[in-house]
Amino acid sequence: MEKKLALQMRGITKRFGSVLANNHVDLDVYEGEILAILGENGCGKTTLMNMIAGIYFPDEGHILIDGQEVVIRSPKDAFDHGIGMIHQHFKLVDLFTAAENVVLGVEEEKRYNLKEVCGEVSRIAERYGFHIDPAKKVYDMSVSEKQTVEIIKVLYRGADILILDEPTAVLTPQEISRLFDVLRRMKADGKSIIIITHKLNEVMEVSDRVAILRRGEHIATVNTAETNEAQLTEMMVGKKIDLDIHRSKPVNARPRLEIRNLNLKNEEGVQVLKNVSFTANGGEILGIAGIAGSGQRELLESIVGLQPLESGDIIFTNPKKDKPVTFFHKSLKRVKELAAQDAFHDVNMNAVSFRGMRNSAIRKWVDNGGVLFREDEIINLRHKTPLEIRELGVRLSFVPEDRLGMGLVGSMGITDNMMLRSYRKGKAGFLDRKKPRALAEEIIEELEVSTPGTSTPVRRLSGGNVQKVLVGREIAFTPKVLMAAYPVRGLDINSSYTIYNLLNRQKENGVAVIFVGEDLDVLLALCDRIIVMNGGAITGTVDARTATKEEVGLLMTKTVESGREEQ
Amino acid sequence: MASVKRHAEAREPLMHLSKRASISPVRSWIIRICAVLLGFLLCGLIAFLLIEKLQQNPGRIGDFYYAFIKGAFGTSRKFWKFLRSTAVLLCIALALTPAFRMRFWNTGGEGQTLVGVLGAIAVDFYLGGKIPEGLLLVLMLLAALCCGAVWGVIPALFKAKWNTNETLFTLMMNYVATYLVAYFLVVWVPSGSSSLSKLQHGKLPTLGNDYLLIILIVLALTIGLHIYLNYTKHGYEISVVGESIRTAQYVGIKVGKVVIRTMILSGMLCGLAGYLIAAGMDQTITTESAGGQGFTAIMVSWLGKFNPLAMILTSALIQVLNQGAAQISQDFDVSGAMPSVIVGIILFFIIGSEFFINYQIHFRGHSAKAGKGALK
Repeated sequence: MEKKLALQMRGITKRFGSVLANNHVDLDVYEGEILAILGENGCGKTTLMNMIAGIYFPDEGHILIDGQEVVIRSPKDAFDHGIGMIHQHFKLVDLFTAAENVVLGVEEEKRYNLKEVCGEVSRIAERYGFHIDPAKKVYDMSVSEKQTVEIIKVLYRGADILILDEPTAVLTPQEISRLFDVLRRMKADGKSIIIITHKLNEVMEVSDRVAILRRGEHIATVNTAETNEAQLTEMMVGKKIDLDIHRSKPVNARPRLEIRNLNLKNEEGVQVLKNVSFTANGGEILGIAGIAGSGQRELLESIVGLQPLESGDIIFTNPKKDKPVTFFHKSLKRVKELAAQDAFHDVNMNAVSFRGMRNSAIRKWVDNGGVLFREDEIINLRHKTPLEIRELGVRLSFVPEDRLGMGLVGSMGITDNMMLRSYRKGKAGFLDRKKPRALAEEIIEELEVSTPGTSTPVRRLSGGNVQKVLVGREIAFTPKVLMAAYPVRGLDINSSYTIYNLLNRQKENGVAVIFVGEDLDVLLALCDRIIVMNGGAITGTVDARTATKEEVGLLMTKTVESGREEQ
Repeated sequence: MASVKRHAEAREPLMHLSKRASISPVRSWIIRICAVLLGFLLCGLIAFLLIEKLQQNPGRIGDFYYAFIKGAFGTSRKFWKFLRSTAVLLCIALALTPAFRMRFWNTGGEGQTLVGVLGAIAVDFYLGGKIPEGLLLVLMLLAALCCGAVWGVIPALFKAKWNTNETLFTLMMNYVATYLVAYFLVVWVPSGSSSLSKLQHGKLPTLGNDYLLIILIVLALTIGLHIYLNYTKHGYEISVVGESIRTAQYVGIKVGKVVIRTMILSGMLCGLAGYLIAAGMDQTITTESAGGQGFTAIMVSWLGKFNPLAMILTSALIQVLNQGAAQISQDFDVSGAMPSVIVGIILFFIIGSEFFINYQIHFRGHSAKAGKGALK
């Protein structure tokens, strides 16, 4: 069948300062097809699409629609040419209904009639198989419903070319397959659909053709039916990559962190954690799956002492038995106190009491590693601040999802960011930058961070490098528990695998790793056990080695009454 | 193909903006200097329109510009005065800087300085002549520091406790300070007299001349604050809190404590500036003792990008403008508003130049060429 060209891009170039975001990109989109734009983060996918949608203006090149050259200066121009873009971050007014959002900003000759709009919205929804209530307010909607409103908004304005920027990132497997059905129906209706993604399995599932971008350049456009995942990855990354995560069997897994009946209300008084209980073992990666905003962030923040808990316990087992005492976390005074409570023994298993000893002699004995702990410490972290937790010698590392807004200080260099956790060490009022600098250099070398220097603000680094700095610092802290929230979000494939390997190595060292993820394929390949959350409650625990994606997907939308699982 | 291309360019927008990824320091300084020169050009133009003496004798436009040099560097006395005024302005700007680094917009420098003056003068008024001069000066200093600190810490307490808006709060505290001074003037000044006459005691010793001691004190303060902000744990905490409160909480910094501690420091240093004004210069007080410098200091700190060493330059620049403008109003016999207009125009251009440092403008048809240049 002869297909008609809907959109052509010729020699499109866009620069940001000295960064070449798109370099002479040529791209064709036909009517009635789904074209996937595949590429790693930062390869210029979104920039390219933003130029079609009128958000950026190309430095060079031109755009043709139905064979006619057009100039797209603004999103309104794009609409006039029948182009609509559904952005990664939705642009909806929370207080308005679906129909009100759809009609917002549309300039029409006829009078504003909300009833008619509602009717039209329902008609569009029916035609393509959406489920939507036009009178529902946006703040009552799930992520997937909001996305539906965005798509209908674009269709209502008569778009024939739809661009979807990473539409599946926030959806469950079931919602994804429903979205793909809708896309197929729109395709059959003659619409051109461009879907930006970096997930290979989705490309294979839904698209007719794939355009691959790498570092701003268009590498190739291939027919999906004639390619495979390995070939696509190679084109995307530029070299062959081993896509397997090497998962080892947990060795000697012992409970390290036990969470009992956590309940938490947020500032608005909404219950965000409901009777959450689970155990994280040392030497094991525990995955936490769930739709974004199901309480994962609050759970991790509760554990590290950033949220005022309503009730519940966080029991940490500090494996200390027969380990040398250090002054790293404890002051001399505290060491003496503990010794008085008979907490230590020497190498010959005799009780240690420092009675009558001079401070310098005690220091020497401890520094030489001659004083050992007698028991494991069992500590309840509930109602403790992050500082108190650290002073108790509980080594809890946390890689928050908001890397530059929470984990790191964007305007500071790597050295200064290394100090964030340790700058208090020592009595002097002045900072000691020597050790942090050495650590910064070590991380740059070990994790292959590409940066001009240790004092370059980390904000200027790429997402992958920022994450390496953050994870590197948290691991350098030699944690007993390592929690990571979405640690590979926005990272390219190489960096992602670096992070997976780091987590695996921590697990092999006996650390209890808690991994909050969104990509179910990764969760199933990396973790040992997965707990699934929905609406602040745990809806199930599965064995990652045997569970299927569908199983986890169902748990992600299951509702649980007051923390008790329905059978 | 060529015809298509020309067609496209013809309909390209006249100009569009893009953010610069980076800019060399040389280029950014060229832009800044150009902005200042343009500002002066516009000042000349406006002066020509407004000043009668210039219209009658356009040749005097050279004098107009020379006034800026003459105002600050004309005589040795003017030069010393310029240095001392710069020092006092710099002192207030330094005081505000720790708060600004913490993203705590302390607009209360004026009031904090004024209560510093008030504290010092109150001690001088009641104890002057009754105790040894040295002790008097120390007590005046302590009073000034305490008053400034109290004025600074009140908004910080409210901010830490109830998250009130510090900009409005500190601004309002300025008015409270002004009227507090007005009240004490009523109490202290015998009826019939309009202002408090110069007190006989509590004058800072001179070092060669009346100016040098103040200059040296502020210079030492500049270096001290530079070290405090960049090389101490306190300074580090200020930077972390300023960048992101969530990061600060994440690493266990008590944000409220840092805010309160820093505002005590900020207020205390304003108090110090007040002390320098009271004991080093005026030995009296009016509601105008701070003279708006608390607000000008905000500009000094901003322009210096909150870097104490850079602020030496920005405070000097603003002082040159102030004295030059005053010289103009003297030489050309114009009203007191004219200097403000001139200073305003130059500052406007300097602030505006930051836009051109951060952004690049592409004009129609030139964008391809400009882009190629950027690739090199």
